[in-house]
Formats: sequence, C-alpha cells, structure tokens
Amino acid sequence: MKQLVYLSIGIFFGIIMYKSEAASWFRIYEMFQFGSFHMYGIIGSALILGVIGIQVIKKKNLKAIGNQEMKLTPKNKSFARYAIGGIIFGLGWALAGACPGPMYVLVGSGYISILVVIVGALLGTFLYGILKNKLPH
Amino acid sequence: MNIIYEPWPWYVAGPLIALVMFLLLFAGKQFGMSSNLRTMCSAGGAGKVADFFKFNWKEERWNLLVVVGAAIGGFIASQFMSNNTVEINPEIAEQLSNDYQINSAGQAYMPPELFSTEQLSNPFVLGVLLVGGLLVGFGARYAGGCTSGHAISGLSNLQLPSLIAVIGFFIGGLVMIHAIFPIIF
Repeated sequence: MKQLVYLSIGIFFGIIMYKSEAASWFRIYEMFQFGSFHMYGIIGSALILGVIGIQVIKKKNLKAIGNQEMKLTPKNKSFARYAIGGIIFGLGWALAGACPGPMYVLVGSGYISILVVIVGALLGTFLYGILKNKLPH
Repeated sequence: MNIIYEPWPWYVAGPLIALVMFLLLFAGKQFGMSSNLRTMCSAGGAGKVADFFKFNWKEERWNLLVVVGAAIGGFIASQFMSNNTVEINPEIAEQLSNDYQINSAGQAYMPPELFSTEQLSNPFVLGVLLVGGLLVGFGARYAGGCTSGHAISGLSNLQLPSLIAVIGFFIGGLVMIHAIFPIIF
C-alpha cells in the first residue's frame, strides 16, 4: 500500500515535469539565457507556497502519517560544499540540459540518450563517494 | 481537446510541485530527486569501495519507487497528453539556430541534434551527455541536494545552505551557457 503511494506521487511528479516543460532541454537553455519567466515562475511559485506551508506545519506542529515527525531536518552549516558542489551541479545541469528529476521522466518519454546522462550521474555520485574525505566540506 | 495537449503554465506547475513536496512530507519523507542515485550505487555494491555507500539501501527503496513513478508519468504525459513540441522565446530559438545550428525549437521536446538515438554514435554528443551527467551526479552529492532538494525543499524550509547551493547552481549554469557553450559548440 505504502509502495503504491510513492509510485503514485512519482507518476504525478513525472506528469507535472513533462507537462510544464521543465523536463525540456529548451526550457533550461532559455532559463539560463533569461529568455522567459516560465522556469522562474515555476520555481518561484512552488517556493512561495512551500515557505508558507512549512511555516504552517511548524506553527501548528503538524505530524506526518503514523504521527511521526516531519522530515524537516536542518542542513549542516558550511559554505564550501554548497558553493563548490552547487557550481559543479549547475555546470552539468546546463550542459546536459536536465537535472535528476527530469532525467527519469525523459526515460519514460522514450529518449534513449538520456540513459547516457543517467549513467554519467551514477558515475559522478560514485566518484563523489570515493573522493568525499579528500574534498573540502 | 487542445486543453489536454497545451503545456501547463508556470502558475499551475509551480503549486503542483509544492503539493508533491507536501505529499512526501506527510508521507514522512523529504522531496529530493538525486539521493536515489546514491541508493542505486549502494544497491549495486558500491559500499564495498566507499563508506559513503555503506547504509541499508533497502530503507531508501521508496525513492526508487518515486523514480519508477516519474518515468511512468513521463510515458503517460508524452504519449497521451502532449504534442511533444516546446515553443520558446523566438529570439532564443533564432540564436540557437544561428550560433549552434540547433533548429528544432518549436518542433521537438528535446533537440534531436543532441538527443536523437543516431547522435549517440557522435563522440562529441556522447561526451556532452556523459560529462553533463557526471557533473550533475557529483555536484548534487557534494552539495547535498539538487534542484528539488535545495531549490524547493531546502529554500522552503528557509535553509541558508540551500540558498548558497542554489546560487551555485545558477553560477554554474550561467558559466556553462554563456562562457563554455560558445567554445565547445
């Protein structure tokens, strides 16, 4: 049953990504060229509602299913890892024209080539796991 | 019938993404689409090589289900809910055509110049896809999250680290498009 919930949320997410064109290479390119408000509107409106909703959750102390605490774990304080990691991610996001969510959406849409991007992302994750202790965090 | 095939405007998509985040929060999870890559590495036995992958990945199976769902969603949307073309700002489309000979804006969802299966035999295109993915995977784990984990979840929770990461995402993206694209393409 729980499995079905996660699967359904994933399907819903996939349809949103595809239908909003956030999974399209063109939209990512256009965003970094400041050619349209579209992508900024998507992220911005999700964010405004997200901030309000999370404030409500905290004020009313709402619980997740089964009365467990909401997973709102604060991120570890640091600068280097977020700045360097973020820039590396951004370079890849623009080069491949896809971030992790849309990669999977595009597999379902039949773009065989995106599998190369996913293999690259797995390699990158693996490489980070190996080098982690040598990198500034 | 057009209403089904038309792309969803930002003010529909943005709030629905927020809804996805809240659905996962109420299910006891956190919205983030890149940690599944670590789960997959771990499931593939990467724990033998690095401690980073030594954890009980079976507890993280839920994010693999979200991944499978996202692919099914992509299938449904592209097969039944879209004419699979993306209209962008005409000036940007013209610039793509003039500078990079990418002429497919308005006619395709992904440019066949980069994403058609035939292009996989082109070493340059193969390199772009592989290196792009590599940077995404490496950067996402280094920064501890991607667009969903930081730009949506983290910023919604007013996390300063997420703001640093998101600024980093945009610096990297702008450098790639404005400084590196003109050199490599």
